[in-house]
Amino acid sequence: MLEVQNLTVAYSDTPVFTDVAVNFNAGKITGIIGPNGAGKSTLIKAMLGLIKTQTGTVTFNGHTLKQFQKQIAYVEQRKDLDLTFPINVFDVVLTGTYGRLGLFRQPSKADRKRCLEALKQVDLAEFADRQIGQLSGGQLQRVFVARAILQKADLIILDEPFVGIDLQSETAIMAILHGWRDAGKTIIVVHHDLNKVSRYFDDLVILNHGIVDYGPVADVYTPTNIERTFSADLSAVLFAQGGAQA
Amino acid sequence: MNSVTTFVTALGRYDFLQSALITAIMVGIMSGMIGSFIILRGMSMMGDAISHAVLPGVAVAYMLGINVMIGASIFGILAAGLIGLVASRSKIKTDTSIGVVFSAFYALGFILISLAESSTNLHHILFGNILAVSDTDMMTTTVVLGLVILFVVFFYKELLITSFDPTFAQTYGFRVQILHYALMLVLTLVTVSALQTVGIILVVAMLITPAATAFLWTDRLAVMLGLAATLGAISSVVGLYFSYTFNWASGPAIVLVAAGLFGISFVVSPKQALLPTLFKGKARLRRATA
Repeated sequence: MLEVQNLTVAYSDTPVFTDVAVNFNAGKITGIIGPNGAGKSTLIKAMLGLIKTQTGTVTFNGHTLKQFQKQIAYVEQRKDLDLTFPINVFDVVLTGTYGRLGLFRQPSKADRKRCLEALKQVDLAEFADRQIGQLSGGQLQRVFVARAILQKADLIILDEPFVGIDLQSETAIMAILHGWRDAGKTIIVVHHDLNKVSRYFDDLVILNHGIVDYGPVADVYTPTNIERTFSADLSAVLFAQGGAQA
Repeated sequence: MNSVTTFVTALGRYDFLQSALITAIMVGIMSGMIGSFIILRGMSMMGDAISHAVLPGVAVAYMLGINVMIGASIFGILAAGLIGLVASRSKIKTDTSIGVVFSAFYALGFILISLAESSTNLHHILFGNILAVSDTDMMTTTVVLGLVILFVVFFYKELLITSFDPTFAQTYGFRVQILHYALMLVLTLVTVSALQTVGIILVVAMLITPAATAFLWTDRLAVMLGLAATLGAISSVVGLYFSYTFNWASGPAIVLVAAGLFGISFVVSPKQALLPTLFKGKARLRRATA
């Protein structure tokens, strides 16, 4: 379980959120939703120690960030990536071993074998030699999920993994997420649109400059919460035909 | 062909030409390798800045009679640190910060050099004087080349991931900043070595141009490094030949050869595909009109 206690983040004195407290359960896929600018990515980055926090503690199964850093896989939003970089799909996935290897050690034969297996799991084995700029958005996303497989992490955090990807990629990624869930890992997914919320996630965190609500999807994904966080119109549309089937 | 024979004969006869050639080749190799990382990290401006910012270090080293490498390294790292400090502690963007810091260092360098009034010829520092390479210079360059190769081999993984995906490296706890400053230190050493062959003003060309040319030919980082080093060495050899044969300044001659190789690659390389695209376009036109 990932526990966050009174976490506060501010950019130049304007707080993004104050005293956030939330738990993420092992063996569950937890979605984080909220309007644009609600602080979803900021919360993730703060939990990962990528940005400065004003107050708060983050622990994973009782360990501090420094202690569990090597057990995290973070699949970022890919918008800033240099797609012209001279690297192929295989080598990108292989970088998933770097954290464990540390300085001066090179990936072993076994690592390379696992790398190819991870590529097979996401249906990209035949793309191993492709330069990464030659992939579609969905394929690229699968490459980074394959890298997360190689990291053998217990905590996996994905930032908007389903944005602009094809159905095949979405299915492949969901299959991997389910596999991780069954293995008892903690999975956190930042999600921007409200479709398929109940289909993707077991637990849900609604964020809007602070926690609106969190818990099992059935309890949290309610017309009242959506109306409170987003708008009455959106809530009406989403819950119009037969409740939370979306 | 006759001039080539003359050049080769002269190489056999004159020690200074041999030293020049060997030093130029070593500088070509090291700047190609480090330059590859500089361009992949989008730091061409930084490469230019550091190469200019070492000038006061060179002057101080002459004044105090210490090794140029030490003086230059101190000022190179100081400049890199100041650039990082200004960019991170204010709302000023990195390229602006680079502009402010490096021009100040460069200006300071000019004044210090004139104060030193040593036998150091400013002209040689600015434009290089490969034919005046001493045995000590050659030894220092050899040591720097060794350091560059060790640095790239031992930290290949880390250089790759921090160039390609620095956030990822951060998430597993790697100290990205430390490697950045290590790279800046190595860049400074390469810069000072390249001072002898092409001079401060053209160092950036040796860093950027062979690496950019290599980038046009390959999708593998390791291949790019090897190719950039080879192209750097070839530019040095051919440039020195032109310099000797036509009595051109050696630095500009080397840089022009490197630029020529880039120009050719820009037209014919598969990645750039300027020619292939043109041909395809013509073929399509022919098919359409047939």
